[in-house]
Amino acid sequence: MTANLPMQSIEAVTAGLASVGYIASRQIATAVYLAEKIEKPILVEGPAGVGKTELAKALASWRGLQMIRMQCYEGLDEAKALYEWKYAKQLLYTQILKDKLGEVLGGAQTLTDALGRLHDFGDVFFSKEFVEPRPLLKALEQPQGCVLLVDEIDKSDAEFESLLLEILSDYQVTIPELGTISATVKPLVLLTSNGERDLSDALKRRCLHLHIGFPEQKLEERIVESRVPGAGETLRKQMVGFINQIRALDLKKLPSVSETIDWARVLVLLQASELDHQTVKDTLNVLLKYEADIETALPQVSGFVAKAGREGVFG
Amino acid sequence: MREELHRFFRAARGAGVRVSPAESIDAMRAVSEVGFADRGLLRDTLLVTLAKTQDEKQALAQCFDLFFSRPEPKTNADAAEGADQQSESGASPSQLSGNSAPGQGGGEDSAPPELGELAQMLLAQDRSAVAAALAGAANEASLSNIRFFTQRGLFQSRMMEALGVGQLRDDLDRLKADDSAQAERLTAALDGLRDSVREMVAQALLLYGREEAENLRHEVLRNAPMMRLERRQVEQMKELIRAIARRLRERYSKPRKRQRRGHLDVRRTIRRNAAWGNIPFLTAWKRRHRDRPQIVALCDVSGSVAQVSDFFLLLIHSLHEVVDDVRSFAFSGHLIEVSDILDKQEPEAAMREIMSKVGFGSSDYGASLADFEKRWLRAVTPKTTVIVLGDARSNNLDPRTDILRTISERAKRVVWLNPEGRMGWGWGDSEMFRYAPFCNVVRQCATAKQLERAVSDIVAAYQ
Repeated sequence: MTANLPMQSIEAVTAGLASVGYIASRQIATAVYLAEKIEKPILVEGPAGVGKTELAKALASWRGLQMIRMQCYEGLDEAKALYEWKYAKQLLYTQILKDKLGEVLGGAQTLTDALGRLHDFGDVFFSKEFVEPRPLLKALEQPQGCVLLVDEIDKSDAEFESLLLEILSDYQVTIPELGTISATVKPLVLLTSNGERDLSDALKRRCLHLHIGFPEQKLEERIVESRVPGAGETLRKQMVGFINQIRALDLKKLPSVSETIDWARVLVLLQASELDHQTVKDTLNVLLKYEADIETALPQVSGFVAKAGREGVFG
Repeated sequence: MREELHRFFRAARGAGVRVSPAESIDAMRAVSEVGFADRGLLRDTLLVTLAKTQDEKQALAQCFDLFFSRPEPKTNADAAEGADQQSESGASPSQLSGNSAPGQGGGEDSAPPELGELAQMLLAQDRSAVAAALAGAANEASLSNIRFFTQRGLFQSRMMEALGVGQLRDDLDRLKADDSAQAERLTAALDGLRDSVREMVAQALLLYGREEAENLRHEVLRNAPMMRLERRQVEQMKELIRAIARRLRERYSKPRKRQRRGHLDVRRTIRRNAAWGNIPFLTAWKRRHRDRPQIVALCDVSGSVAQVSDFFLLLIHSLHEVVDDVRSFAFSGHLIEVSDILDKQEPEAAMREIMSKVGFGSSDYGASLADFEKRWLRAVTPKTTVIVLGDARSNNLDPRTDILRTISERAKRVVWLNPEGRMGWGWGDSEMFRYAPFCNVVRQCATAKQLERAVSDIVAAYQ
């Protein structure tokens, strides 16, 4: 399924993503399908670790496209995201060409004359040769198209958002000295956000909005099944049941899918075939990332394990 | 189907989801890709294309369920199929036929031919026909234009009109003379019909009217004097204040971030170094200098203004993200610092604690200012904006204007927000005019709107 097939249907999207190990809910598949059909970027929101970035990776590997990742952070600007002039190269070339310059200007009698001749050479130094493409420009220039992942857009500044608008709506960028560069093949664009700050309406309007929350129990079991094949069915059921109860607690950081997968790996390593009180206590630090959270959860563990165990048997 | 989608967009706007024309076009394109057949898919598609936040998604999902569980008025041709759903939510057959006992026999069900269409329909207890008539009437009365709850009566009477209630009344008069049993049945049926209409209108209002009704309520609330709110409005006002804080935060938190960065100013650097062959000896940096906002808020929480200061503290509390350096003080007879209480606790609990500590007393501005001078005067620096919130009514005690002068000399600005109208200033025990000379700004602040403008101005002064 690595061929660059057009997406035929939502089922095809689900199957395609599954073939590279990404179990997508129906909403996810719908959003991906629509993004392709009506050529719009997808803005993916949701808590950390539910598979927002994974989605982009899975898409790229399913479609056999390159993934270009633009990690956002505070202070990110045009020069780092779009393009930059190769100042050093420009400077170096000027130095090398200095003598040539003398030849060109040699015959000129007056200053005006010299200027005129210089003008005839045009803006050689501001040509594509001297542009250093950064992720966004690179994404537009890919001849086969690509998956462009703008990761954690909420970490960047508001100005950066405005910079993105042209790319998101028209798949093109304007470099003042060169003109407008349009995408050869429109990339599939995914933006992710943890909701650290509210994004502007202008940005939101240009995107499909996809919220990935914690998956339903059945779905999460299938995700574990696909990512950690070593985990038996009983263990999977019990784990997911246990984690769902943990998520109901008032914690600083709720365990998300990536934690579930990590935990499954750990349990498989420990050769556990079922959850038991002691193993859970020993491995709780894989699930919970704060000391305070672990303290909150510890007294509940036995109860949760028992309940998850019952679910594992009868569910 | 296009028509139906458009109606749905309107309903979505009613549910508070902003659907711009561009978005509706996107949604139409998306829907044309996936089709109408699969309702779940349609729902996902609309959610993905229209909603922009998780909240909106929920609102939209509810709206979708509401909208499609009760299909919009259709043309008579296909109304029959929708009749079942229609009757579920209102026009149930027993209601329509009123009290008619089942034992009344089939013979009476066939109505006399000289009666009007509606009367015949009601007497025949033809469910699907009545549902179709209701749907048609809703269409004719353009029920989807309903916006405010005040329009309910209007739309009800319009629908009754469209159903042909005029003719029915004539029939009823005639029947009363001829056949009182039939007349009784018809009256009951008419009541049932009224109920159905009322219910349909209420449902339509729920579907189409929410946003505008909400806007209206907000607008009223924004301009309502905070001192005279009813208990049920207080909750809404708190919501509103939080929304205001959110808006202020959004507006003012962005530029502050920019300030922290320094960029190399290439142009100025090159120009500066022209003399050295453009080897950058001297670098020039883009940097804008701004004062970090510092706010010291003194809130009168005495009985007379307690509610306003409550809201004010709530606003300050929510503004913490914009203004790092806020110190809040509350007083009535004496003054205490409440920054910690506001920082550490949920707003509601914080208010309660503050009120239990210093609230509801009779105010003594002089003593409170003296408390402030003694312990916290150092908190006021040339960068500080001091905000005093109070009615300046000091029960004829010494107002200690000299302390306010000291504060004013140390601070960047002193802003006095008075919840009383200008007319009251200087009357009775109001010392407003004695304090005013030491304030840079004195303004009335009795409504949420005024509060928002006042705080907005204060924060903007630092941008």
